[in-house]
Amino acid sequence: MKPAAFDYMRAETADEAVEQLRSLGTDARILAGGQSLMAVLNMRLAQPSALIDISRITDLAYVRAERGMLAVGAAATQGSVEWRKTLAQEVPLLAQAFPLISHFQIRNRGTVCGSVAHADPSAEIPLVLLALGGEVVLRNASKRRTLPAADFFQGMLMTARAPDELLEEVRFPLAAAGQRSAFTEFSARHGDFAIVSVAAVADASGVRLAVGGVADRPRLAHWPAAPRGAELEGALNDFAWELEAQEDAHASATFRRHLVRRLGAQVLRQVMENPA
Amino acid sequence: MKTINRDTLHTVRLHLNGTARSAPCTPRMLLSDFLRDGLGATGTHVGCEHGVCGACTVQIDGVASRSCMTLAVQAEGRDIATVEGLCDPDGPMSDLQEAFKRHHALQCGFCTAGILMSCDDYLRRRPDPNEADVRDMLSGHLCRCTGYTPIVQAVLETAALRRAHASADALTED
Repeated sequence: MKPAAFDYMRAETADEAVEQLRSLGTDARILAGGQSLMAVLNMRLAQPSALIDISRITDLAYVRAERGMLAVGAAATQGSVEWRKTLAQEVPLLAQAFPLISHFQIRNRGTVCGSVAHADPSAEIPLVLLALGGEVVLRNASKRRTLPAADFFQGMLMTARAPDELLEEVRFPLAAAGQRSAFTEFSARHGDFAIVSVAAVADASGVRLAVGGVADRPRLAHWPAAPRGAELEGALNDFAWELEAQEDAHASATFRRHLVRRLGAQVLRQVMENPA
Repeated sequence: MKTINRDTLHTVRLHLNGTARSAPCTPRMLLSDFLRDGLGATGTHVGCEHGVCGACTVQIDGVASRSCMTLAVQAEGRDIATVEGLCDPDGPMSDLQEAFKRHHALQCGFCTAGILMSCDDYLRRRPDPNEADVRDMLSGHLCRCTGYTPIVQAVLETAALRRAHASADALTED
């Protein structure tokens, strides 16, 4: 299908983009890589009256390690991060997740910030951002604010972004020495939306498990010390029920809870130094 | 800021396979439709129109991308490469295309144009892929005829032949 008609605005700078957002508000959508938005427009699940194209703002196409974070600008493609030679050392969890994100051809054009702003509950990049305790930078025409990922994701395709704000940057904490991480997911076919995706991170602050595809947003469990044996099984079972899995065309709620327990145990054992 | 009203016909200028081309379109026109209907370049095929099937894959500034998930107005000023540009219309086919022919890596051909454009980009970036790499890259394309095995063989053979030629050239230069 084809998208409904819209006005097209090509922003040359981030200032221009937020100025347009201020005047148009909820009638406008930001277009970056378009790899989620264009599908939604083609299927007419959304019919915004205007698109503000930020894909040519070269000032927002950066990927840089600074102040302990890997900062990714709103126009930087997933491919530009994935093919970064130092990524596996900088943010190993992200490097592990990339091959599972859709396909090569989509990652070539889709943006990191776009995936975070879209906030699909089964998307991999929001899950990685939450698991690592990353941040998003939002700006409107007058000010900037920084939010932790845990406060940004609010529900199915819903975030803390105000209608006049541009998600300008996403920040992944660089891996500290000794940090261990693992990512896996279950989907019907390679590259499809995950039915359940899991990310585990172990570091000095304890062990974290993030789960996507089950609740209305990526969700995080944290243990100061890694649970083991029967304690691990009990903790995963509690977390699986806490997520209030729903049944849909792809999987039953029972199967989703089963995947949370099995995949969760798999990645947690991977990040434990001496798994039981 | 450039603004194009929804009802306005805007002339999009781009380079298609190295040639400057232009045609009018409204903002909602997809690059896939612009190539086929605006410029008459019907080598690019349109399948699912939501990024799953891969038939419409072209290269935008050398990078394999879905033309159904890109607006024609976004392609303004860009270099667009399609299957028509892989070889001279009267000349021999490219090594990749020859390998597809040798291995019967196509039957109906609907998916082939997109697959060739993905492989062309991928092999430039990863000249020494293994079978798992190639299958991962091909997971972005649906082919209902071949079962993929001959496509994988054609891509791996092309990569191997290019490496052999490159090392032979290096020896000659010494």
